[in-house]
Amino acid sequence: MNHPAPSLLKATFAIVRKDLAAEFRSRELLSAMLVFSMLVILIFNFALELDVKVRQSVTAGVLWTTFAFAGTLGLNRSMAVEKDRGCMDGLLLAPVDRSAIFFGKAISNLAFMLIVEAIVIPLYAMLYNEVRIFQVEFLGVLLLGSIGYIAVGTLLSAMSVQTRTRDVLLPILLFPVAVPVLLASVKASGGIIAGADFAEILTPLNLLIVYDIIFIAVAFMVFDFVVEE
Amino acid sequence: MIEVKKLVKRFGLKTILRGLDFEVQPGEFVALLGPNGAGKTTFLRILASLSRPSLGTVKVAGYSLPHESAKVRARLGVVSHLPLLYPDLTAEENLQFYARMYGLVNHASRITEVLSMVGLEARRKDLVRTFSRGMQQRLAIGRAIIHDPDVVLFDEPYTGLDQDASEMLDEVLRSVAAKGRTVVMTSHDLARAEDLATRFDILSRGVIAASATRDDFRNTNLLDFYRKAIVN
Repeated sequence: MNHPAPSLLKATFAIVRKDLAAEFRSRELLSAMLVFSMLVILIFNFALELDVKVRQSVTAGVLWTTFAFAGTLGLNRSMAVEKDRGCMDGLLLAPVDRSAIFFGKAISNLAFMLIVEAIVIPLYAMLYNEVRIFQVEFLGVLLLGSIGYIAVGTLLSAMSVQTRTRDVLLPILLFPVAVPVLLASVKASGGIIAGADFAEILTPLNLLIVYDIIFIAVAFMVFDFVVEE
Repeated sequence: MIEVKKLVKRFGLKTILRGLDFEVQPGEFVALLGPNGAGKTTFLRILASLSRPSLGTVKVAGYSLPHESAKVRARLGVVSHLPLLYPDLTAEENLQFYARMYGLVNHASRITEVLSMVGLEARRKDLVRTFSRGMQQRLAIGRAIIHDPDVVLFDEPYTGLDQDASEMLDEVLRSVAAKGRTVVMTSHDLARAEDLATRFDILSRGVIAASATRDDFRNTNLLDFYRKAIVN
């Protein structure tokens, strides 16, 4: 009758497991993010008609613009699934620390974003003839930037999903707050593609790490109040 | 089992509950009745720790809200008019997920027991999106009792169900209550409430306007009692 409550870690991974199982079955969220990302990459490719030199300078910007918009699609949908059928209440009724809900949703969202990135990066390399985006350092920055973007995005989507204008509200709330992480990501990944010294990309890299830590900590502290009625 | 004193709930300038007192003994089945907008759902959401009281004290299973909400949630099951189920998971996967969220170890036998109780064992591997509204509501009850709670709250469980589905739900509700659990159910269906509950509380204008047990209805019926309480 009275079971010991699951740990934060167990509850977090129960949510991740549930989200991945549901998504791999329906593929609603991933397919929307993927199709959108591919269209953006294609549109940039045809619209800009870039020469080789210009391509190098815009690669980081094009990729991060694509991932930011595709990420917003995923964040909105991921939280809307919980809200529309009352499942958010189901999660809130569990006898666990409510930050487990944040961590569970954030890890699932990050997994979806990384899957999209893993498909889009080779496609981009093919279309733009740009193989330097396969460098380990570039992929590291991609990971750090995605963590920061998803951390703040998951927190804000939990707020915006409770409003009538959630589809519009999330990008309006998210983009201004995510500017530091997007700028630092573009700067660091652009530097890596251009073959800059490590010292040159150290500042945006530090900013990314600090941003990630701050927003994960803030979300951990305030998530309970965000979802409370 | 449930003890509420001078409960006030405000949303901005609007006061929904106005000093509500409410007490339920272990094993009681209370039907909470009242017109739309009386505050029934708001009250149940406070008992379920989904909403914070503005003023007053709320105790469930000996634990006070909102300070000991995790302990309350461990002893509580909630069924609302929404099923709180994931359509892209099977019935079994939904129950597995909630069993993990409630910290149940070796939950396979418990899931089989619950599915059999709500009459869905044969459909355990089917996606919830293929279920009828009545089947989803029965599975929602299974979800709510997967951790064998002491208290179960039902918020308008019959909403959107046809006659057959409602009758099947009656049986499930009876078996939930038969285990000695404390049940609080809001409903607009007076006939069903009269059939199932042992006590009837009328919530009107944010307070309990009247309360009666089954024994009090020797010379009257629930509809007259309800109308009188609402008018007063």
